[in-house]
Amino acid sequence: MIEVLDKIIIFRLFGFGINATLFYTWIVMAVLVVGSWLITRCLKTTIEVGKFQTLLEMIVTTIRDQIHEVSGDNPAKYLPIMGTFFLFIAMTNLMTIIPWFKAPTASLSTTLAFSVCVFCAIPYYGIKNAGIKGYLKKFIDPSPVMLPLNILSDFSSTFSLAFRLYGNMLSGAVIASVLMMLAPFLIPLPMQILGLVTGMIQAYIFALLAIVYVSSVAPTVPYVSQNDTKGN
Amino acid sequence: MDPITLIGAMSVLAAGLCISIGGVGPALGEGNTAANALRAMAQQPDEASTITRTLFVAMAMIESTAIYAFVVTVLILYFNPFWNYAVEMASK
Repeated sequence: MIEVLDKIIIFRLFGFGINATLFYTWIVMAVLVVGSWLITRCLKTTIEVGKFQTLLEMIVTTIRDQIHEVSGDNPAKYLPIMGTFFLFIAMTNLMTIIPWFKAPTASLSTTLAFSVCVFCAIPYYGIKNAGIKGYLKKFIDPSPVMLPLNILSDFSSTFSLAFRLYGNMLSGAVIASVLMMLAPFLIPLPMQILGLVTGMIQAYIFALLAIVYVSSVAPTVPYVSQNDTKGN
Repeated sequence: MDPITLIGAMSVLAAGLCISIGGVGPALGEGNTAANALRAMAQQPDEASTITRTLFVAMAMIESTAIYAFVVTVLILYFNPFWNYAVEMASK
């Protein structure tokens, strides 16, 4: 009933077994890359732009605004990594409605890889924002007694990201397969729709929490956005 | 009772207890969170977007406890190391 995606070998490439997790990750990557390439091939700066350019602009602007609201910082700094997380997870979870598509986010290796990326991004952006001294000060805040707990909380918060995404995607798959065994006609449909909703919410939450963790060390110079200065 | 029956029976019992007890707490917590967020939104409709975003984050945090319980249940039911060991011993 539970498929271990890492153990299903789809085909072999140069002697390496390509398992289902990798294979379906590549499919999602191909869809995202080819889709964006096709759309950004002929960008226009005139008043009239194409439908798909509007779609992409809308997505990027929304992600930018959300990052700015959550971190209160220059969104361009976090946009590449956090936007990628959101788009990849959202696309993966949306593509679960395609038959025979197994979401790679229902495999612990994918989600753990994501959380390792977030774990490495925290010191990177922390040092970029406040310097090494300012970043290390985070660990003895509010007092040096909290040092072990602060170090532990960095680990636990990032790895709970991985387990949250994995558990949610896996539970969707398990509920769907249980209902398929009990009543395969029409009954699993509402659960599939619910799975789509939770998939989008999980993508949003993963990106949001990653932004919160990454921007926890605020920059020493506060960021003033152009919109704010125009408004005043 | 031979060990393999005991391990099987106890695993199923433990899985049921794990998901049921692990589900009650987060359910109560999420209900409280949602009720309070709705009350706050009714009082301050202008702040609805901020409240909704915080609500989602809080829900995810609370829900992760239930997810941990679920992951442990799945481990007990499908990837049980004790059961695998018992089966291995019995086949020898």
